[in-house]
Amino acid sequence: MGLVAYLALTAVGVTMLVPFAWMLSTSLKAPGYAVEFPPRWIPSEPATVEIAGRTCKVAVVVGGAFLPRSSQEVRAAILRYSPEGVHVRVLSPPDRAGEELTVSEDKLREVRITRLHWENYGQAWRAQGVRVRDAFFGLVRQADGFLVFYTNSIFVTICITLGTVFTSSLAAFAFARLRFPGRDAIFLGYLATLMVPAIVIMLPIYALLSNLRLTNTYAALIFPPMFSAYGTFLLRQFFMTIPRELEDAAIIDGASPFGVYRHIILPLSKPALATLTTFVFLHSWNDFLWPLMVVDRLALKTLPIGLAHFQDSYTTEYHLLMAASVIVMIPVLIVFLIGQRYFVRGIALSGMKG
Amino acid sequence: MPAGRKAKSRISAVLPALPFLLPNLLGFLIFTFLPVLACFGLSLTDYRLAPIASLRDFREQIRFVGLGNFVRLLGFGHEAGRLVANDPEFWRYLGNTLFLMLGIPISIAGSLLLALLLNQRLRGVTIFRTVYFLPTVSSAVAVCIVWKWILYQQPNDVGLLNSMLMSIGIVHPPDWLGSMQWAKPAFIIMVLWLGVGGYNCVLYLAGLQGVPQELYEAAALDGAGSWARLRHITWPLLSPTTFFVVTMSVIAGLQGSFLFTAAFLMTGGGPAGATTTLMLYIYNYALAWHQLGYAAAIAAVLFSLVFSFTLINWRYGQRLVHYQ
Repeated sequence: MGLVAYLALTAVGVTMLVPFAWMLSTSLKAPGYAVEFPPRWIPSEPATVEIAGRTCKVAVVVGGAFLPRSSQEVRAAILRYSPEGVHVRVLSPPDRAGEELTVSEDKLREVRITRLHWENYGQAWRAQGVRVRDAFFGLVRQADGFLVFYTNSIFVTICITLGTVFTSSLAAFAFARLRFPGRDAIFLGYLATLMVPAIVIMLPIYALLSNLRLTNTYAALIFPPMFSAYGTFLLRQFFMTIPRELEDAAIIDGASPFGVYRHIILPLSKPALATLTTFVFLHSWNDFLWPLMVVDRLALKTLPIGLAHFQDSYTTEYHLLMAASVIVMIPVLIVFLIGQRYFVRGIALSGMKG
Repeated sequence: MPAGRKAKSRISAVLPALPFLLPNLLGFLIFTFLPVLACFGLSLTDYRLAPIASLRDFREQIRFVGLGNFVRLLGFGHEAGRLVANDPEFWRYLGNTLFLMLGIPISIAGSLLLALLLNQRLRGVTIFRTVYFLPTVSSAVAVCIVWKWILYQQPNDVGLLNSMLMSIGIVHPPDWLGSMQWAKPAFIIMVLWLGVGGYNCVLYLAGLQGVPQELYEAAALDGAGSWARLRHITWPLLSPTTFFVVTMSVIAGLQGSFLFTAAFLMTGGGPAGATTTLMLYIYNYALAWHQLGYAAAIAAVLFSLVFSFTLINWRYGQRLVHYQ
C-alpha cells in the first residue's frame, strides 16, 4: 500500500514539476533552438564550424556510396544545399580532410553538442529596450531591465506588507479586546467586504486616482492594497484565542492597552503574524491586476507587469522569455521555501475558523 | 445614568480604542468599504473616464441613468420577430466563466485524493507537499508564459504537450490556444495543474488530521474495508472542510483572477472571445473603452452572482454538513 502511494505521489509530483523543468531547460537553450520538434530536454544545438568566415553546420556522413570503408565516421561541414544534393567539406578523418563532396541529404546525420547558455540570463536581465531614466525616486539612474522591476517590486511589497501587518494587528487588537460602541457592527462590515469581488473595489479607486492624476505613483501602488479586511479578520480571530488571564494580570499590574498589545499579544501571536506576513508578501509580490490598472509607465512597473511587458517585446525569443520567468520566480521560491511552514499552518487556521 | 454621563462614558470608551482602530479603519473605509458602495453608485451612471480639468467637467461627465446599464446588460429586445439579447457578449462571457468552472469538482476531488495520499504518514511527505504547492505560489505571469509555450502549436513547431500526445499515438492534437473549442479545455487543464495541490489540498490535509484514529481502528475491528471507512468515516467528518473548500473555490472561480491573467497574456481573450471571462470583460470596458459606468454594472452583476451563491450555499449547503 505504501509503495502504491509513493508511486502515485511521485507521478503527481513529476507532473507538477514538468512545466518548471521545461522552463529551466528552455532558458538555457541556444537562440533559435528553443523551439524544436521533437522537443529536447537537454539544451543542445547543432555543432558548427567556421569556414571562410561563415558558420557551417557539422554533420556525419553516413557510410555509403563514395566511402570505400564505411566503418569510418566522416564528419563534414555543410557548405550549401543545391538541387543535386548537399555540398559538404570533409573535416575528419584527417586523410580526407578538405575534400569537397556532394551528398544526398538522407546520408547526413546532424551532430549536436550540449551547451548551457547561461548568458541568456544576463541578456534577459538586461532587457534591451527597457531603459528607464530616473527610476525609483531618482536613485536608480538610467536603469536597464529587470533591475527596475525588482526595485519597484521590493519597495512596494515591503511597504504593503509592513503597512498591512502593522495596521491590521492594531485594529484586530481593538476588535478582539477593547470595547467600544459599534464594535461588532463595524467588524461585520469588515466581514461583508470579504465576499466582494476585488474588481468591484478596484474600479472606483481607479476612477478616483485617474481623476486626481495619481495613477503612475508609488502611493497608488501601495495604499489601496493595504486595507483589505483579510488581515484584520485573520488576526482578530487569532487574538480571540489568547487566554485573558495573561492580559488581566498585566492590567492589574497597571499596563495600558498599548502595553498589553506590545508585551502580551504580539509575542504570543508570532505564528499568526508570520503567516499573515507570508500571505501578504506573496500576494502583493505576485499581484497582477491592480498594478496593471494603475501603472503604465515603465519606471514604475512591478515584476509581474514588467515580465508581461517583456513578453510583449520578445514574443518569439522563448529562451529569453523562460530565463526572465525564472528570474522573476526565484525570490518567491525562496520566500516560500523558508516560510512554507507558516503558510501551510495559516491556511489550515483560516480554514478551520472560516 | 443621566444623559450627559452616558455620552461621556461612551466617548471615554471609544478614546482608548481610537489609536488602534483608526489607521486601519480609515484606510478600510476609503479603500475598501466606500469603493464597494461607489461601485454600485457608478453602475447607475453613464460615466466615461476622460481627462477632466475641473470639478465642473466631472459633474458634466457623470450622468445618472438609473437602471439603464442593467437593461443594456441583462435585457432582451425584439428584432425581426425574435428575442435578441441587448448585450449578447455578456451572456457569452458568463457562459465562458461558468464553463471554466467545470474543472472545480475535478480539482476538489483531486485535492482530496492527494490529501489522503499525503496523510499516509510516509517519509518525505513534506517534500511532496512543497512540490504540490509550488504552482500556487509561482507568479501567474511566469506560469502563463510557460504554459503558452507548452500548449503551443504551429504548422512546423509543436509544443511540449502536443509532442507528448503525439508520442502516445494521438496523431493530430489540437491547436489548443488557437482553437475555439479547445482553448477553454486547455485553460481547465492549466487550472487543474495549478490548483490540485494547492490550498484545497492543504485544507483537506488539516481536516484529515482532525479525524480521530480511534474511529478508524474501531471500524477496522468491525471489518470495514478502506472504501467503507472512506465513505462512512472520512467523508462525513470532512464535510465541514468540503463545505469551506467548495465555497471558496466557487467564489474564486466566479471571479477568476488567474484566468484573467491567463486570458490577458496567452490569448487576449480569444480566439474570438472564447476565453474571455466576466472579469476580462469588466477590465476591457473600464480600461480599454473607458466606460466605467457600464463596467461597474457588470461588476455589480458579478457581485450579485457571488452573493446569491453564498446565500444559497449557506442555507442549503449547511444541511449537507455533518458537525460532530
